[in-house]
Amino acid sequence: MTWDWNAVSDFMPYFWDGLVVSLQALLFGSLISFGLGLVWALLMRTPSRWVRWPVGVVTEFVRDTPLLVQLFFLFYVLPEWGLTFSALTTGVFAIGLHYSTYTMQVYRAGIEAVPVGQWEAATALNLPVRRTWTAVILPQAIRRVVPALGNYVIAMLKDTPILMAITVLELLGQARLFSQQHFQFTEPITVIGVAFIVISYPASLLIRALERRLVR
Amino acid sequence: MSADTPLTKDLDAHANPPVDGSELIRLDHVTKRFGSNTVLDDLDFSVESGKHVTLIGPSGSGKTTILRLLMTLTEPDEGTITVDGERLYPAPEKQVREIRKKIGMVFQQFNLFPNMTVLRNITEAPVTVLGMPRDEAEARALELLGLVGLADKAGARPTQLSGGQQQRVAIARALAMRPRVLLLDEVTSALDPELVAGVLDVLRDIARTTDITMLCVTHEMNFARDISDQVLMFDSGKVIESGPPERIFGDPEHQRTREFLGAIL
Repeated sequence: MTWDWNAVSDFMPYFWDGLVVSLQALLFGSLISFGLGLVWALLMRTPSRWVRWPVGVVTEFVRDTPLLVQLFFLFYVLPEWGLTFSALTTGVFAIGLHYSTYTMQVYRAGIEAVPVGQWEAATALNLPVRRTWTAVILPQAIRRVVPALGNYVIAMLKDTPILMAITVLELLGQARLFSQQHFQFTEPITVIGVAFIVISYPASLLIRALERRLVR
Repeated sequence: MSADTPLTKDLDAHANPPVDGSELIRLDHVTKRFGSNTVLDDLDFSVESGKHVTLIGPSGSGKTTILRLLMTLTEPDEGTITVDGERLYPAPEKQVREIRKKIGMVFQQFNLFPNMTVLRNITEAPVTVLGMPRDEAEARALELLGLVGLADKAGARPTQLSGGQQQRVAIARALAMRPRVLLLDEVTSALDPELVAGVLDVLRDIARTTDITMLCVTHEMNFARDISDQVLMFDSGKVIESGPPERIFGDPEHQRTREFLGAIL
């Protein structure tokens, strides 16, 4: 087996196409998981158990089943019900939904870490419930959870190749496509492996720096 | 403090009715238990408008619980609480919110909002609860900060302040809501000794120059003697002795009071 630099340069156009798709999936998947996770976390704090119970069951179910199974379900079963989305849209939604069941636990921990005295001060000042959440509790809770959310972004990045299973041409999909067309496997797979390290490692350093700054 | 200081001008001009010695706070047969521990035992007491009442007694005797009941941070197991003629408990949420506007509280641990500047801490509730225009709320906040000696700290974050400074901001924050009643829950207990005097001086000024009714839980007996119209001695969830500070501190009737004062003074 020899390393062929020409194969690397031939692969690069595929690589850039794949990188754009991977980063799109990561960006929108992250946004969905951040938003939906917060919604779950807040719903789990409502007084009504008729809200908490279904939310708890659904999120537990999503958390405890494999992402790949969810992906196949959304991609192959939803169209039978007349719901058809592009492979990338389906993949982004699946990743976002799956990870929202983890980010909700991060938010929950962040909310519970806000001292009870903050709630009491808000009551003493007669702040409305909504305002207590938006002005007092969430700003403090979210500041604490930014590093933990960042760790899930890295985990999501490493899960994006799973989208290849539903025909999305992200980094791994492009590498496989190139390999099948050129019968060269070593170079494209190696290149995308390096790309994952090049993105993940600085990101984890950034998260550690944020952790030092934000979590005190 | 002279008669035209910001505090006097600001607070005497608010909507409070004149001090007429009428009953402002009333607890009837209030009982509060935490598990099997009865912290308030069939308690009756009332506070007249404009009076400064200090609650003293050993830890766990229920003093702080009274303040927390009035601030609606906890609910009684039995009994009724009335503030300014209106039921606080039991009462619908809307009525509770109206009564809460009349009550301000300063906490042992300050409980400032660390995500806001000092100025925002003070203006947040007047703007969002009372609907005060922001510029007016800020002008008032700056006056109140001047009053507590922190006019230069408006833009600071609470974490940049000393404990004594934080507590003075917390006092300004409570006053910004123009309460009729100020609840003070061991407000100097968490402070380094050298910072206590500054906070107590601010409270003495408020006691002397406003008509705000004060309910104060404290272990600072000199302060209690200075500002109080009435001192209540608590033990095991009951008031065992009450009277003017000269008598409670000078000539306590109850053996338990003598022991407590002997241990603390």
